Amino acid sequence: MGIRPILSALRRHKAGTLLIALQIGLTLAIVCNALFIIGGRIAKIERPSGLDERDLLFVSTSHAGLKADTPAGRAALAAGIQGDLTALRHLPDVQDAYETNALSLSNINWTLGLKLSPDARGGAPGAFFFADDHTLATLGLKLVAGRDFKASEIGRHSLLGTLEPPVVIITKHMADSLFPKGDALGKQVYFVGGATKPSTIIGIVQRMQTGNSQSERDSFTWNSILIPMHMLEPARYYVVRAKPGRLDAALHSVPAALYAQDPLRVIPDGTGADAGVRSFAQIRAQAYRGDIAMAQLMGVISVILLAVTAAGIVGLSSFWVGQRRKQIGVRRALGATRGDILSYFLTENLLISMGGVLLGVALVIGLNLWMVTRFEMAHLPVPYVLVGAVVLLLLGQGAVLAPALRASRVPPVEATRSV
Amino acid sequence: MFGYYLELAFRSLRRSLGLTVLMVLAIGFGVAASMSTYAVFRAMSGDPIPWKSSKLFFPQIDVWGPASRQGGQRGDGLPADMTYIDAMALMRQHRAAQQTAMYPILPTVYPDDPAEKSRAVPGHAVYAAFFAMLDVPFRYGSGWSSADDGHRARVAVIDSQLNQRLFGGANSVGKAIRLDGHSYRITGVLADWHPQPQFYDLANSNAFGPADQVFVPFATAVDQQLPTNGGMGCGQALPGPGFAGVLSSSCVWVAYMVELDDAAQVASYRSYLNGYAREQQQAGRFSWPPNTQLRDLSRWMDQMGVVPPESKVSLVVSFCLLLVCMVNAVGLLLAKFLRRSNEIGVRRALGASRAAIASQFAVEAGVVGLAGGVLGLLLTWLGVAWMHGVLPRQIAVLTRIDPSLLWQTLLLAIAATLLAGLYPILRATHVRPAMQLKID
Repeated sequence: MGIRPILSALRRHKAGTLLIALQIGLTLAIVCNALFIIGGRIAKIERPSGLDERDLLFVSTSHAGLKADTPAGRAALAAGIQGDLTALRHLPDVQDAYETNALSLSNINWTLGLKLSPDARGGAPGAFFFADDHTLATLGLKLVAGRDFKASEIGRHSLLGTLEPPVVIITKHMADSLFPKGDALGKQVYFVGGATKPSTIIGIVQRMQTGNSQSERDSFTWNSILIPMHMLEPARYYVVRAKPGRLDAALHSVPAALYAQDPLRVIPDGTGADAGVRSFAQIRAQAYRGDIAMAQLMGVISVILLAVTAAGIVGLSSFWVGQRRKQIGVRRALGATRGDILSYFLTENLLISMGGVLLGVALVIGLNLWMVTRFEMAHLPVPYVLVGAVVLLLLGQGAVLAPALRASRVPPVEATRSV
Repeated sequence: MFGYYLELAFRSLRRSLGLTVLMVLAIGFGVAASMSTYAVFRAMSGDPIPWKSSKLFFPQIDVWGPASRQGGQRGDGLPADMTYIDAMALMRQHRAAQQTAMYPILPTVYPDDPAEKSRAVPGHAVYAAFFAMLDVPFRYGSGWSSADDGHRARVAVIDSQLNQRLFGGANSVGKAIRLDGHSYRITGVLADWHPQPQFYDLANSNAFGPADQVFVPFATAVDQQLPTNGGMGCGQALPGPGFAGVLSSSCVWVAYMVELDDAAQVASYRSYLNGYAREQQQAGRFSWPPNTQLRDLSRWMDQMGVVPPESKVSLVVSFCLLLVCMVNAVGLLLAKFLRRSNEIGVRRALGASRAAIASQFAVEAGVVGLAGGVLGLLLTWLGVAWMHGVLPRQIAVLTRIDPSLLWQTLLLAIAATLLAGLYPILRATHVRPAMQLKID
């Protein structure tokens, strides 16, 4: 039995045929784009930050009124930081700690840049982190070239103002964007923002994500700079590594130790992103919360869509089977087997589905191009379309199976009955 | 006749229960997905001050020149903030109907009771005009006077939450509050006021962040060297150390908002801004031609990306889902109606007009739509509840079901079903009576 009789039968059901094809096409277009969004979000969430994230704590503290613009103020701030760090590093729950201005993924981000000469225009942008000789150990960063900071190299600086540290450690991504030949170690660079004295790159770490989890640009995500300085500011952060398995204890003992150092300080006790003490797991969850929501929403929509389309195929096919009982009976009476009837309906559906898939591929490309220009999304890779097409063809065959089986059970005697 | 059609509709829907359930499910899910994402979109894109949004404008000045723009900036790349120098010049020249410079602050409030913990509270340093410009509601007292701005008075306006915490909710006007070690006199307590998106300082603050709890005069905050709690964009080295260095620098950190009451004022302010930039160019401060922008609130919200692209994409995808559900309904209604060609033929032969057939099937489609709408309402409620669990908290609290969302959901369901029913109804009315009778 060829395809021609199926085609000529379809011509008598133009509206229904077109509707199913249209529905399959639209479904393919939407599901492909939704899957693409899901895939993108999952890839984004799963990329490693470069930190050993277990057992990390991020603590915010401030003490109003202390100012860094007098020598006395600077001395008081420096003494306060040193006192805090000594207290933290001696806590039984704590393995190591350092003071800083921001942390990977924390949504707190201070961006400057590095350039190759003091008067060069532009340069490579990079997030800078105040750090000391405990930073690499606390964060668990992997040094791929050079060395760590020495205790004697740690200076002091306020958050604003020109940065001119004699030495820096940068990420490999930043090193490669400044020195594409891969010979960054030992080279001199200058901070954007008026630096006239050079900073020597003494170490390169494998990977350290900036505070920005949402940037589409690699340079804003992976260009990080560690500067060997304590930040002289009344509002500052401590990054603490708890001893293995003692994170929960440290969540309480760390703020208590800080309050003991300075009872007038403020550690916010809010919840969520406002909390003064956050574990890295919380920071990560908050950073990607919107992405997880988006992926889940697209997943739910895809499932609903496939279910609705399958239900539509079941409904219309059942109607057609009901309408053609008499013709089916005639065919059976003339010698067609049950298998013939079954394959008739399966083939019919396959033809319609293929038409729909062709329409859908055109729609996929159109919809994606529109989203690319309108919402800055990336182009859809071909495998998504192929997978989507196969899924919809299988869905169509699966949906038509029950009505087709019912059709194959129509007895030949049906031919003799009037409607 | 309507009652009779309704009865016919119920009878027919019951006869092919499977098809009916499929249609109701499809319409229900389609409508619910659309309305749930619409609820989020509406929460994020809503006009926070509809009676005044067309009169509030946000000026921008190109203080860094074209060389600073290497791509990657949002929109035209002009800084969203102003330098302290320009903001003060614009305030002095006072050319709009009302205006205010502002910046976010995070002072620590020290309670008098030593048992209470001190807390940092978010707020803004603003000019006296701020409260009138935004029609800020007060529970007690009022804002401060322009004279207070002039002589840098230590006065403050606090919100009802802070008033509750510090003064137990009593009238605290005239009392003192300690911010960062200095005492300020309270001139007013806000009634509940937490506009979202927080539109007046999109340049520095999260549009869906926590409410501002304290406001102090701009000049006083600068006098007290209260640091900004927002961004600080610097293109060059600071000309001097500390806060004084920031004030005389080209760093941008001060937000600016003006009120312009009619088109003439807008046009004249636009040319004033350009004139100001030209003066700066002539004075040698800018080495590039004037480049300024003046956007009203809705354009400013667009420019600052208040509604993230995710929210728009979700909305588009959900409405596409609804479209598929409608196509689905067209097919199923067609099957349902044409299955009853006999019945139509008989009714037509007995004298029913095409209009009568059309209204009979429209009632049937309407009933399906209504049922889909009711299911859609239930699912929208579930959908919004689910979104509360997964969305960032500040946006989740804004996403709610209110009466307007309820009737919009029902209306959308019925309209979608009737629209889907148009073609099947048309086909039904063209069933030829004689043909059907002959076959039987």
